[in-house]
Amino acid sequence: MNMTLFILALFDGIAYAAQVFVVALGLTLIFGVMRILNIAHGSLYAIGAYLTVTLTGVALAAGAPPLLTLPLMLVSAVLIGVILGGPIEWLLLRRIYDKPEVLQLLVTFAVFMILEDVQRLVWGSQPYFQAAALQSLGNVTVFGVTYTVYQLILLPLVALGLLIGLRFFLRHTVIGKLIMATTEDREAAQSIGIDADRVFLLTFIVGAALAGLGGALASPTTSILPGMGADMIVLSFAVVATAGLGQIGGAAVTALMIGLGRSFAVYIWPEAASLVPYLIMVLVLLVRPEGLFGSPSARKI
Amino acid sequence: MNIKTILPIVAAILLLLVPYLAPSAQLLVNLALAKGLAVAGVTVLLRAGQVSFGHALYFAVAAYSGAFLLAAMPGAELILVLIAGIVGAAVAGFFVGLFVVRYRGIFFGMLNLAFSMIFWSILEKFYHITGGADGKRLPRPAIFGEELGRHDFELILFYVTVVLVFALGWFAIRWLDSPTGQLFRTVKTNETRLEYLGVSPQTALLRGYMLSAVLCGTGGILMGIAQGVVTPEYAWWVRSGEMVFIAVLGGAGSVRGAFIGAMIYEFVRVYAAAFAGDVWQMLLGAFLLVIILFAPRGVIGFLEDIRLSRGDKTEAGR
Repeated sequence: MNMTLFILALFDGIAYAAQVFVVALGLTLIFGVMRILNIAHGSLYAIGAYLTVTLTGVALAAGAPPLLTLPLMLVSAVLIGVILGGPIEWLLLRRIYDKPEVLQLLVTFAVFMILEDVQRLVWGSQPYFQAAALQSLGNVTVFGVTYTVYQLILLPLVALGLLIGLRFFLRHTVIGKLIMATTEDREAAQSIGIDADRVFLLTFIVGAALAGLGGALASPTTSILPGMGADMIVLSFAVVATAGLGQIGGAAVTALMIGLGRSFAVYIWPEAASLVPYLIMVLVLLVRPEGLFGSPSARKI
Repeated sequence: MNIKTILPIVAAILLLLVPYLAPSAQLLVNLALAKGLAVAGVTVLLRAGQVSFGHALYFAVAAYSGAFLLAAMPGAELILVLIAGIVGAAVAGFFVGLFVVRYRGIFFGMLNLAFSMIFWSILEKFYHITGGADGKRLPRPAIFGEELGRHDFELILFYVTVVLVFALGWFAIRWLDSPTGQLFRTVKTNETRLEYLGVSPQTALLRGYMLSAVLCGTGGILMGIAQGVVTPEYAWWVRSGEMVFIAVLGGAGSVRGAFIGAMIYEFVRVYAAAFAGDVWQMLLGAFLLVIILFAPRGVIGFLEDIRLSRGDKTEAGR
């Protein structure tokens, strides 16, 4: 492996890790607060990507400059959070918080199945390409390797911004503290007047919006096609489980590990590329069952 | 006679008559029964309170074991192919089981998922060995040295499937009621007490895990032979999810429910696909939501509720 390939693999890995991290962040936030592992998260990611492509197409046709496609990603993310995330929590999840784990998983699995067909009905099954946002920022040459500004600078900055922003939000704002309190002890939180229902609704909307944002950010770099949601959900599961469920900072580290592992595999042993994330997951969980950054929970007797 | 004795007898008679009364449904019923075996495997683990989101692994391992055997020995005996599949699943179940029995709850589900995704990636990417996304063909095996035509072969395969379903289903129910099975079920209710008794919950769980892998594998190899081809999709996580889904649909923890669930699921799937084309998955998802929200104990639970409301309270709560 020569120097150029090494740097290329490094950049690929960072860009990919940033994308996966945004999705995994939403997943781990929802789990951390609500104790629900949301399988439909992958569908929200996919629909976020489709919606962005559609909005971008409309904007460009109306004569908008390509740079305007970037804020459109944020618009798609918010729409996904509010229009899809809100009703899912409000109509479905709210009914199952006290049900066994397997039923909770299956409700989100059912939503996944429904959304997969919704996506197919709205956008069909042909692939979409829309790279206007990627091209609008141009290229940059670092260590003799030319790479897009979008992937090398914007994506990691967004990921880092979300990581710092979310941690700040949870620890230093009133709403964030209410969320943390509800996570810690729902009953006690309610007894001092916190509206836990609203906290859960808000958390799910934010988590869903992060899935949508992940899809929006990924849309200019790949072709958008059916099945991308199912691929992403297992991958972000791998990131979240390897980090330790509910660990926000940990998810960033494992996303980077998995992203880099995968991109180096692409150059060294291409067949193994899709294997690497799950190998890392198995190896980590075998040594540390609660994940790299999770803390072991006390045994219940 | 209670419903638990009558139900299997009625089911057996109906199944034996399928090739004569409804020949067009024979293949569908055959596939539903194969899937039912896999679901029974997931159900066994649900009895210990553990949800595996990766049991499609054993489904695929068994089917691919059969495919590799048939590639090496064209026209091998059906029984040999079945044994290859079941042994493959048992060996895989043992080695994966050694690791996963140390985990509970969501971690158990996750680790199973990871193992099945590793296998899926291997099947998908190492195409020079596995045939990649196109999968591997399973040419029709011989039966007692005879190369049968399609109709005769499918008829025999159907009856072999029915026999295996009843034999293994009966065994699974008996095993769960046996002392080892009781220990296994205690993992769900109070694992620490098991340790106080000097019993290793890990060993009990490993035994149950092997049984579940064998049930799943038998379903997988039967499905592979019936379809004549295996693809990496057999190991895909959505398949595992489907198995858990059917297990809950039939009645979480009920072995009989697994087969009822599989039958209902396959019929809904096929008819939804025929009448609603593009939205069958949506219908199935909506159907699942209704079941979970309004009948969380599945079809078996629903039947029991009806029985209880009639005042027959002899054998409640299972």
